[in-house]
Amino acid sequence: MKEEIPELMDHLFRREAGKMVSYLTKIFGLNNLALAEDVVQDTLCRAMETWKFRGLPDNPSAWLMRVARNRAIDIIRREQRFRTFTPDLTYFVKLQESLLPDGEKLAFENEIKDDQLRMMFACCSPAISADVQVTLILKTLCGFGVEEIASALLVSADTIEKRLSRAKKVFQASGALEEVESIPELQSRLQAIYDSIYLLFNEGYNGSQSEMMVREDLCYEALRLALLLCDHPAGKSPKTYALVALMSFHAARLKGRMDAEGCLILLEAQDRSLWNKELIGRGFQYLDLSAQDGEISEYHIEAGIASIHCMAETYERTNWREILKLYDLLFKVKPTPIVALNRAIAVGQAFGPEKGLIALNAIEDLEKLKDYPFYPAALGEFYRLAGRGKEAGEYFGRALELARNSSEVKFLERKLKTRNERS
Amino acid sequence: MADFVYLYWNRREDQARMANSTPEEKQKITQKWMVWMDGLKKSGNLKDFGAPLEFDGKTVEGAKKVVTDGPYAEAKDIVGGFSIITANSLNEAFELSKGCPILELNGIVEVRPIRPLQGLK
Repeated sequence: MKEEIPELMDHLFRREAGKMVSYLTKIFGLNNLALAEDVVQDTLCRAMETWKFRGLPDNPSAWLMRVARNRAIDIIRREQRFRTFTPDLTYFVKLQESLLPDGEKLAFENEIKDDQLRMMFACCSPAISADVQVTLILKTLCGFGVEEIASALLVSADTIEKRLSRAKKVFQASGALEEVESIPELQSRLQAIYDSIYLLFNEGYNGSQSEMMVREDLCYEALRLALLLCDHPAGKSPKTYALVALMSFHAARLKGRMDAEGCLILLEAQDRSLWNKELIGRGFQYLDLSAQDGEISEYHIEAGIASIHCMAETYERTNWREILKLYDLLFKVKPTPIVALNRAIAVGQAFGPEKGLIALNAIEDLEKLKDYPFYPAALGEFYRLAGRGKEAGEYFGRALELARNSSEVKFLERKLKTRNERS
Repeated sequence: MADFVYLYWNRREDQARMANSTPEEKQKITQKWMVWMDGLKKSGNLKDFGAPLEFDGKTVEGAKKVVTDGPYAEAKDIVGGFSIITANSLNEAFELSKGCPILELNGIVEVRPIRPLQGLK
């Protein structure tokens, strides 16, 4: 008799929902995405009712997939009007054969991975706008509910509903999920997938909210999707590896970035022993892979910067000159005001606060940073380090006025208090 | 020791809401139930897991045998399942029922002693 308390793997339902939706959409066709989602809801209800009483089956994922598959077969049998479905009868036959699991188990698992990738590419169709793409990925591939997506992306549930119905309208006109290889604009869709994954990760990493749990999950989901992409011929490229490396390095530091009160902790004050060594290891592993053929994307450079932070045993030993070189490079491929801001901070760290202030003031397009609290905060910080407490106080005060959430407010209030300390 | 049945009731509207909840919410509820049931099993109070009941079915009523689709329609609550419990007293069975996760979701546990059928053996 097992003595331990029965426990479901974290987010099992959510993750399996993403797999099942992809799999069922392949069977039913994209135009029947809503039906696929209904079947998944049914399946999860069934799991809930059964497992409540009987406990966990030996292989919960396989159990769910089997129930979903049987339900799909029922529906197709009942709806003899095949016209509304992907008219892929050979597939339907195969489906019945594969009801004998075990032998084909591995093949089936690969098939499910493939289905998720096809779904990913379908979500990133050029007919769908970027914000809808991300929403759709969160809903169909990550198994998040409307409210959860709304709170993660900081928009209203209503907006999410609208985005999803817009996407479904686009899908109405499409039939089967395409084979990834046969997608004509494969490269541009791949870029859209990178953008979505990157956005997803950043939403989780930077946007701070009381719903910290959901937000961290976004980071891990982004990482999971990128790893899935690495498994596919169409997706495995130096750029994908670099993206995985970048996100691994950042995710490794998630645990050290917030204190118990939910206040942001800057890199310099983080307890580095809290960083996740496994993720850092994975970061380096993928950074190596990404260096294969000389292609250098923005993700390569950002991963490089993150790797230098992860390598430093202490903040003081950070190799800022190397980081500055990489920011110079990054600014060439991605000349955004945020990159310029980070570059200026690296200048100050490498060559002293006075140089940092000059770099900060020299940023072009400052207008775009006018609502961004970390621009005045950076000025405040360098004034403080230069021993000019009065200016430091003014800029920290200005940053505080721009703070977007309680975590930033707490952080900047503390900064304001330290304005006269010179180290 | 005596046997009791737990009848798990849900409000109909909660039932519908639950069906539409997110995967994460469903997982949380499943997890709570599994832990609760496991606790009853380990303490020796669970005589039979019982079973969940489907939410469709048919109802036959009265001498005219009027048939309606679905569970008894007049009730605003619906039985979702049952379990058989062994306890020293109604009071113990009732106290144990207070841990049932259905209560957190506005549901009901009805605890009924099973009347021993004597003289049949």
